[in-house]
Amino acid sequence: MTEVAGAKELSKEELLDAYRTMRTIRDFEERLHEEFATGEIPGFVHLYAGEEAIAAGFMAHLDEDDYIASTHRGHGHAIAKGCDPKAMMFEIYGKQDGLCHGKGGSMHIADLDKGMLGANGIVGGGPPLVCGVGLSARTRGTNQVAVSFTGDGGANQGTVFESLNLASAWDLPCIFVIENNGYAEATAQAFSSKGIDIAKRADGFSMPGVVVDGHDFFAVYEAAGEAIRRAREGGGPSMIECKVNRYFGHFEGDAQTYRAANEVEEVRKEKDCLMLFRRRVTSAGLVKESELDQIDEEVKNYIDECVREAKAAPEPTPEHLVTDVYASY
Amino acid sequence: MARITYMQAINDALAQEMERDETVVVFGEDNVGGTGSPGEMDAWGGVMGVTKGLYGKFPNQIFDTPISESAFIGAAAGAACSGLRPVAELMFVDFMGVCFDQIFNQAAKFKYMFGGKAKTPMVIRTMYGAGIRAASQHSQALYPLFTHIPGLKVVVPSTPYDAKGLMIASIRDDDPVIFFENKVLYAVEGEVPDEAYAIPLGEAEIVREGDDVTIVAIGRMVSMAEQAAADLSSDGIEVEIVDPRTLSPLDTDTIYESVENTGRLVVVDEANPRCSMASDIASLVAQNCFEHLKAAPQMVTAPHAPPPFSPSLEDLYVPDPEKVADAVRKTVGQGVAS
Repeated sequence: MTEVAGAKELSKEELLDAYRTMRTIRDFEERLHEEFATGEIPGFVHLYAGEEAIAAGFMAHLDEDDYIASTHRGHGHAIAKGCDPKAMMFEIYGKQDGLCHGKGGSMHIADLDKGMLGANGIVGGGPPLVCGVGLSARTRGTNQVAVSFTGDGGANQGTVFESLNLASAWDLPCIFVIENNGYAEATAQAFSSKGIDIAKRADGFSMPGVVVDGHDFFAVYEAAGEAIRRAREGGGPSMIECKVNRYFGHFEGDAQTYRAANEVEEVRKEKDCLMLFRRRVTSAGLVKESELDQIDEEVKNYIDECVREAKAAPEPTPEHLVTDVYASY
Repeated sequence: MARITYMQAINDALAQEMERDETVVVFGEDNVGGTGSPGEMDAWGGVMGVTKGLYGKFPNQIFDTPISESAFIGAAAGAACSGLRPVAELMFVDFMGVCFDQIFNQAAKFKYMFGGKAKTPMVIRTMYGAGIRAASQHSQALYPLFTHIPGLKVVVPSTPYDAKGLMIASIRDDDPVIFFENKVLYAVEGEVPDEAYAIPLGEAEIVREGDDVTIVAIGRMVSMAEQAAADLSSDGIEVEIVDPRTLSPLDTDTIYESVENTGRLVVVDEANPRCSMASDIASLVAQNCFEHLKAAPQMVTAPHAPPPFSPSLEDLYVPDPEKVADAVRKTVGQGVAS
């Protein structure tokens, strides 16, 4: 049996759940990639494929009443936090029964009942919000934590610096995750942040900062667990940088001419998070190949169903144009 | 009932709501004053002293912040979505430029974008207005930038009584409210009930009744209109003064009813004139009360210029009773005899 870091504390059930989460995200995104090309999906779609281990690794530690704030690349976070993938698919198609009744779309998918404060169309928009959740938890005396996800592009926004500082000053139970996929839109992190380990910035805000391999579910799981445990115990905020690759463009339709030839193919071959996970848990004898194959099959059928139903679902009707602007007005 | 200042009225409202509901929290730069310092806590109670004394009563509900508006205004939005009713202070509304995204793209839109599921009960207290020689970046009346945004409510109290009742209503409201406090009015006194009371958002008040001209005046401009009204009355012109009290929602019914009676409108607003509340109200009245109008609506506003520093210029900047009276006389002179 091969030793698998971080795997010891996970039950078989939890391992299968983590795999199902990652597989659901992957299939959801790959299917959107195909469907977007047909022209049937309105607007912008930013896909999370390749980064699944991060969402799954963090969310494995979070309860439903913990909160996350996401980015415009938010489908993976939403699925991992427990949002209904079918309602998400309806939303991405702009349908009335979508998670946000067709008013949010891909960039604003949210479900507060699940602690998902929203994908966010504004780069760097989320970290201040999780400071508020942290303040709320601290004030109300709960042990909730709040996690923000930000890309390497967002990491250079003033809101992120301000939020790191506020969380530190207020000792908030917040975790700031930087998903460094190497590109802020079409501009390399090698240029925009001089290629530094972004987690080094944590030191300037008096909090721990660590770098992990974002392709490795177990590495993410371990680092996330430590930071979340510390936050719950009143130990304050942390920053975790996950180095990762995105499999598709910044948005669907991005020709990605800024990337090296074969860049994605090599990552898919060498570091794919689902492949690594499968290899480790099966070689360690924790899970059987056939059990994972079965999940693959179930997820594939489920995503088929999501897309089929989303396409056929009713559009919002005109009266919804002006509803839910206010609680009262 | 006691005679207290506009500032004390706001302080009382905050204290009574913090007492009533421990999820009401107050924070902003120096709202306590002294956190982490070697000297005393509650050293300032806000830069003008509005929150002075709250720390002593509610040490777990009022906090100082770093000078970091994006983070703590955004934190108010996040806290509002997760169980608190925060009252965050944006010291001067002129500072909205460094945190506006968290207000108009985040807090204002959660309910709509998230399909109705979100509730964002937060108040942003902020100072506005010229008159204390604070120059271009500490004197603006920027409420039109907020009234433009669907999802936000905008409140501008003109008296101590309204300041308390509207603050209480704002805290209890489930939408994000921008609460504009006029810095010149802080020292103004008025009769204010001791007990808590809420003035519904979206209800204007007729401050003075009259049949000749309707003046709609906002915030501190209500007192300018009242002074003009006394002068005009001695000339036989009786003005009706409408104080909208909240600019979003705007009580158009009360404004229209008044104009339908008087046939004449003057809007007095210390904000800049273009794309403003003054131009909006004039436009709404022109569209909806056209057949009742006897004269073109008039606007008395600051000029299309930033607030100046020099006292001799700043005194020209803000509308005064004389300019209001001139505008009223113009509408009367212009009008068809009734």
